[in-house]
Amino acid sequence: MKAIKKVTDYDMQQLIGQVLRYGVLISGAVAIIGGILYLFQQGAGVPNYTTFNGEPKGYTSIGGIAKGLGSGSATEIIQLGVLILIATPIIRIVFSLFSFALERDKLYVGITLIVLTIIMLSTFGGLKI
Amino acid sequence: MTILIFTIILLLGAYLAGLAGSLTGLGGGVVIIPLLTLVFHVDIRYAIGAALVASIATSSGSASAYVKEGITNIRLGMFLEIATTAGAVGGAILAFYTPVNTVAIIFGVMLIFSATMTLRKKNEAALLQGSKLSYFLKLNSSYPTKEGVVNYNLKNIGGGFSIMALAGVLSGLLGIGSGALKVLAMDSAMRVPFRVSTTTSNFMVGVTAAASAVVYLQRGYIDPGLAFPVIIGVLAGAYTGSKLLMKINVKSLKLIFSIAITLIAINMIYNGFNHKF
Repeated sequence: MKAIKKVTDYDMQQLIGQVLRYGVLISGAVAIIGGILYLFQQGAGVPNYTTFNGEPKGYTSIGGIAKGLGSGSATEIIQLGVLILIATPIIRIVFSLFSFALERDKLYVGITLIVLTIIMLSTFGGLKI
Repeated sequence: MTILIFTIILLLGAYLAGLAGSLTGLGGGVVIIPLLTLVFHVDIRYAIGAALVASIATSSGSASAYVKEGITNIRLGMFLEIATTAGAVGGAILAFYTPVNTVAIIFGVMLIFSATMTLRKKNEAALLQGSKLSYFLKLNSSYPTKEGVVNYNLKNIGGGFSIMALAGVLSGLLGIGSGALKVLAMDSAMRVPFRVSTTTSNFMVGVTAAASAVVYLQRGYIDPGLAFPVIIGVLAGAYTGSKLLMKINVKSLKLIFSIAITLIAINMIYNGFNHKF
């Protein structure tokens, strides 16, 4: 019978490294696809960023971005890439949480939960004001 | 100027920002904000949104390699992220009440500080005896070097934690990684060896920036037309930088870059006082 492998810090390092790497690669790929489409659709237009208007609703929430993706909007594909990029470090925390739990490191399960709670409050706490 | 030309120029600018940021250790966001505001006259709020995205991209991109090599102290990073994420959320809220010209002035001051920090002497010595708290929190660790594995211990955890909270606030307010402050907290206060503090700082930037990026995204600061060339450009630049870093001596480059950054910073502060933003 094969012995059950003990989870160590080394395993966690490899796992976290992979999560970060693939998160960045995927978000970069999505942004390139969206970006090329965007240039085809709007490349001839004139950029206007000198005054701040704030992005319209469709770009600022997961629901709005999902809806825009359905209609094939290039800018929404880019926003999806941005979402994946922002989610990457957060997913990294979730993976660390599991790793610390498997290592039975209660102190760091607690510390990781605090960090995760702060980010979740920031995400869903309606702090946009 | 059409969007196509604007995007191409921005892509090149972001590439250089990523390259310079990676060679000097300042990060991509620091160069993106002056590039967008001073050169392209983009509103500083859009610039902050784009810089946050750039910070997350460079952090995650380079952290993956250092984490796998076992240089990054994951427990230390995780523990200090309590301070930086709480600070970052606070900073993002504070940004809403801070006039844009004030933001620009604070940014300029932070730039000068960062430029000075890159030229300072580095802490290479490993501490033999850590403080009680460092043992309790299991923060003492080891890292691989050419001469073999080096063990190190930490002290002044409370001091480091406080500076990290401030780094978080500035990161949330300005949209940058504030790596310079993070390294100051770890190097000077907690006596973390230089290689470990830079990589751990870099590792933390992604989470810190993500904590405030979710607020900025919902507030409409992150524009897809700016985000796309910035992400691609900065990532490509940082990648080139990490390859070049092994081959060239960056000492003189750092000096030139620090002077350039200081001049840009003075420009930002001047424009801020004259309400140009």
